[in-house]
Amino acid sequence: MASALINVPKTAKRGDIIEIKTLMSHIMETGYRHTATGEVVPRDIITSFTCRFNGTEIFRADLFPAIAANPFITFFTRATDSGKFEFEWIGDQGFSETASASIIVE
Amino acid sequence: MRFGFVILMTGLLLAGAAPAAEIPQAERRSGYSFMTPDTKAMQDDDTANPGMLWVLDGEALWKRKQGAANKACADCHNDASASMKGVAAHYPAFDKALDRPVDLEQRINLCRISHQQATPLPYESRDLLALTAFVAQQSRGAAIETGSDPQLEPFIAKGRALFTQRQGQLNLGCANCHDDNWDKRLAGSAITQAHPTGYPLYRLEWQSLGSLQRRLRACITGIRAQAYDYGAPELVELELYLMSRARGMPVETPAVRP
Repeated sequence: MASALINVPKTAKRGDIIEIKTLMSHIMETGYRHTATGEVVPRDIITSFTCRFNGTEIFRADLFPAIAANPFITFFTRATDSGKFEFEWIGDQGFSETASASIIVE
Repeated sequence: MRFGFVILMTGLLLAGAAPAAEIPQAERRSGYSFMTPDTKAMQDDDTANPGMLWVLDGEALWKRKQGAANKACADCHNDASASMKGVAAHYPAFDKALDRPVDLEQRINLCRISHQQATPLPYESRDLLALTAFVAQQSRGAAIETGSDPQLEPFIAKGRALFTQRQGQLNLGCANCHDDNWDKRLAGSAITQAHPTGYPLYRLEWQSLGSLQRRLRACITGIRAQAYDYGAPELVELELYLMSRARGMPVETPAVRP
């Protein structure tokens, strides 16, 4: 039951700098831990996060095992046009989640 | 000489037997007030509070049909924002059929067994935490009212006795830290007042949501005593005492703690 929390302002003035906040549910298992019987717990992390605005990539991050569970990624961008932000998280074991949010720029 | 010895002994006995003083009402504080501004900000913003991920899951589970009865929580309780408002602020509450207090997790599982005819969810499973967090979040901001039921009195007394009783290899009781030394620090961390206002809550250390019972078991292990099993009556009585001592303080679920 993966779920994402996205915080994008609903409206902004053209040229404004806006903050985008994303929180994704994920265990971020490092792959460095062992069970009580000594077997390695397989790595299970998000490896990539991408944000596109109206189809154009505006932000990308690579994630690594040292990043805590439920990664919170926040960044700034300039509001140029009304449109749609699309977010994509890709990870180990076929993990793939998407979310989107719209903004109206006046 | 002998007289002096007696005085010394009396002094030691008094020090040993001195009952822990409860925290005066005016000095009660939530664990929130001990946190850094960053952690407070994380709790305050619903899009940064990881506990909200469980609340969202709980909202989905609330509407999902379960068990042989093929009923969802919502089929009986309808809209949780109305039916569950203020409910968690009364837990643990007295259960007539069992003749003892049950906490919110146990209430959810009792409901699953009797009304949904489903298997109970294991303690600390994602689904049980999610449902509990979702139900408790409907009481966010409401004043805790646990313990107003007079039937609970003997159980609160048992919980209080457990709270003050020294145990384990370190021979410590809960009260030795949380009543007597809450304004100090333990290994760099603030010792808080044991007012469980925000459970189930997201602990950064756990990187997960966790129940009050998980927190209590961790504390009991910390004083090197044998922790009670999940769902043990002793843990519920301890939960009950702690919630009743936080009576009047607002529910924060899902809280964030370091």
